[in-house]
Amino acid sequence: MNLLISPSPHVHSGDTIEKNMYGVLIALIPAFICSVLFFGMGAVIVTLTSVAACVFFEYIIQKLLLKQQPSVFDGSAILTGVLLAFNVPSNLPVWIIIIGALVAIGIGKMSFGGLGCNIFNPALVGRVFLLISFPVQMTTWPLPQGFAGSYTDALTGATPLGMLKEAVKSGQSLTEWMAAGTLPDYKNMLLGNMGGSLGEVAALALLAGFLFMLFRKIITWHIPVTIFATIILFSGILHLCNPDHFANPLFHLLSGGMMLGAIFMATDYVTSPMTPKGMIIFGAGIGILTVVIRIFGAYPEGMSFAILIMNAFTPLINRYCKPARFA
Amino acid sequence: MGKKLESNFMNMVIVLFAVTLIASAAVGYVYTLTAGPIEAAKQAKQTNAIRQVIPGEFDNDPGADIWKMKTPDGGELEFYPAKKNGEAVGTAVKTYTNNGFGGTVWLMVGFNPDGTISNYSVLEHKETPGLGSKMDFWFTRNGKGNVIGKKPGTHGLKVTKDGGDVDAITAATISSRAFLDAVNRAAAGLAGTADATSGATHQNQ
Amino acid sequence: MNNFKVLTNGIFRENPTFALLLGMCPTLGVTTSAINGMGMGLATAFVLIMSNLVISLVANIIPDKIRIPSFIVIIAAFVTVVDMCMAAYLPSLHESLGLFIPLIVVNCIVLGRAEAFASKNKALPSMLDGLGMGLGFTLSLTLLGTIRELLGSGKAFNFPVFNENWGMLIFVLAPGAFIALGYLIAIVNRIRK
Repeated sequence: MNLLISPSPHVHSGDTIEKNMYGVLIALIPAFICSVLFFGMGAVIVTLTSVAACVFFEYIIQKLLLKQQPSVFDGSAILTGVLLAFNVPSNLPVWIIIIGALVAIGIGKMSFGGLGCNIFNPALVGRVFLLISFPVQMTTWPLPQGFAGSYTDALTGATPLGMLKEAVKSGQSLTEWMAAGTLPDYKNMLLGNMGGSLGEVAALALLAGFLFMLFRKIITWHIPVTIFATIILFSGILHLCNPDHFANPLFHLLSGGMMLGAIFMATDYVTSPMTPKGMIIFGAGIGILTVVIRIFGAYPEGMSFAILIMNAFTPLINRYCKPARFA
Repeated sequence: MGKKLESNFMNMVIVLFAVTLIASAAVGYVYTLTAGPIEAAKQAKQTNAIRQVIPGEFDNDPGADIWKMKTPDGGELEFYPAKKNGEAVGTAVKTYTNNGFGGTVWLMVGFNPDGTISNYSVLEHKETPGLGSKMDFWFTRNGKGNVIGKKPGTHGLKVTKDGGDVDAITAATISSRAFLDAVNRAAAGLAGTADATSGATHQNQ
Repeated sequence: MNNFKVLTNGIFRENPTFALLLGMCPTLGVTTSAINGMGMGLATAFVLIMSNLVISLVANIIPDKIRIPSFIVIIAAFVTVVDMCMAAYLPSLHESLGLFIPLIVVNCIVLGRAEAFASKNKALPSMLDGLGMGLGFTLSLTLLGTIRELLGSGKAFNFPVFNENWGMLIFVLAPGAFIALGYLIAIVNRIRK
């Protein structure tokens, strides 16, 4: 007997993988436009390389190693490529991006059996691999310098979270440090005028993508909203306890990969829970872990680690939050 | 194979006793053989660490002439004076900082008699691999943030970001500051004791 | 089984790392470089050969109920000997292997072979079994160490192969050990079939 085990999503509504994947890609367009406006040609080169490499590796592995019918045009490899590119600095050397794509597709996705079987978000697997392997290149962030910005010799600077970590480490009082104006103000952070990876800078553009996906019913609100709420609550409590040592919630919300991760990475169908209750547990876990890593960990940013850790819990959450059975 | 010995109480006690006795005798014998070489290896390691940071020849045993100094924050610096024919050719200082990205960093820093840095070696650190861990060679003569030949002086060495003239390790300013903190601590300790004309302030060990 | 088969058994068919999946702790912990992997493998091999030999000789006079504590004492004695000799004559290797040398005592391979093979066989095949298992362990640790060193820092046995800046640091760190070991096991099992 040959039982067919189909990967999630199990919803039968005429949706296809293609339709959803391309919907997510459309939702990422505003953020992509923003990143090109801020980082110039670098953003285009990094994104195109990443997408091309992901599609290429998926095709090669399916065709030659797994001897399957290649399914590269379901959009999932393209999406992985875009998300990987959005998670790296815009001046990252091309060969590093190609390694990242190979890891994302080869280790993150195909080793587990391809789309629907992977435990971890492939783009994040690639990103974290690169972050640990090439810490210098992955943490040298180009500063936004407009559309004319060049790919090779951009000015570099720290991300707001990196600056925060350094200030805390050197024992400065955060209330004074925030007031001193070394940071971009909240308006600039919302618009994306700060150092950072391609897709993490423009919070407003990412939020626009979120609304689009909600409207098209590609994702539900549960995971992103729970993550935001948990972050605000948790970092808010810490901030109230000691404002000199813990940054305020708004800062945590607008900095780093928060928006990108919560909206586009944590909501990945394959690696997140299926039921609303499960999604809320999942989101709360990501929120808490992110703040814990940001404040107590060695790395300034913890979003990608938090999502990967909670990805590992997804099967467990699914088991305990089964949908109610009818009859 | 023959029949096994029965598991009664006397048999078990005797066998276990015999096994442990023979095993401990064997281990004890090897210990007497290796105790000397192990001690020599430890000595050689310390002398090598000192020899690495003191460029010239010396003929005393710096480990025997060691003196220590307490620091205000509760730590301790160790000074290894290197002499040739009774004349000082430099001092190796075992120093530390608690400001490392991953906690405490231990260094051995060598100083020429005029107070300039002759060399250093990193004894122990928990900095991020690939970033802060580059301090092993970053501040050497061929590294980008060369401190060899510099004199910390009264204000100490600083990274360029803080208005100094030492290039910090790329993307690891915190580790770089910590490194210089340890170097400055050693220099300040050395200067503080060199000023004293007698050896009275030294806590001779 | 003839003696030759006993010897090759541990190297390939029942390779402790790739087939039996025993001794994962040192396998993942010390294989940051080829030299470290090889040193650890050889130290374990020595303990395996000697403890297998002694245990096969004394197995008959050890009552069943205290065989495990007796084996552990014998193994621990050899491990301590290796530890002290290494500290005396190979201090730098001893330092980089650190705590993993004393931990050979609790390595499943050593007690596993004592219990499964040496206590039931004569001296010569037991020694050959220890040699085979030890060589198998050494080979797989050296292989894993070489791969991690090459990918992680661009060197093999400390000889630079390519620019160090191209090394993927993750392979020197713990996660890289798991990734490299996983793929190695997959490849070896594919070949073995």
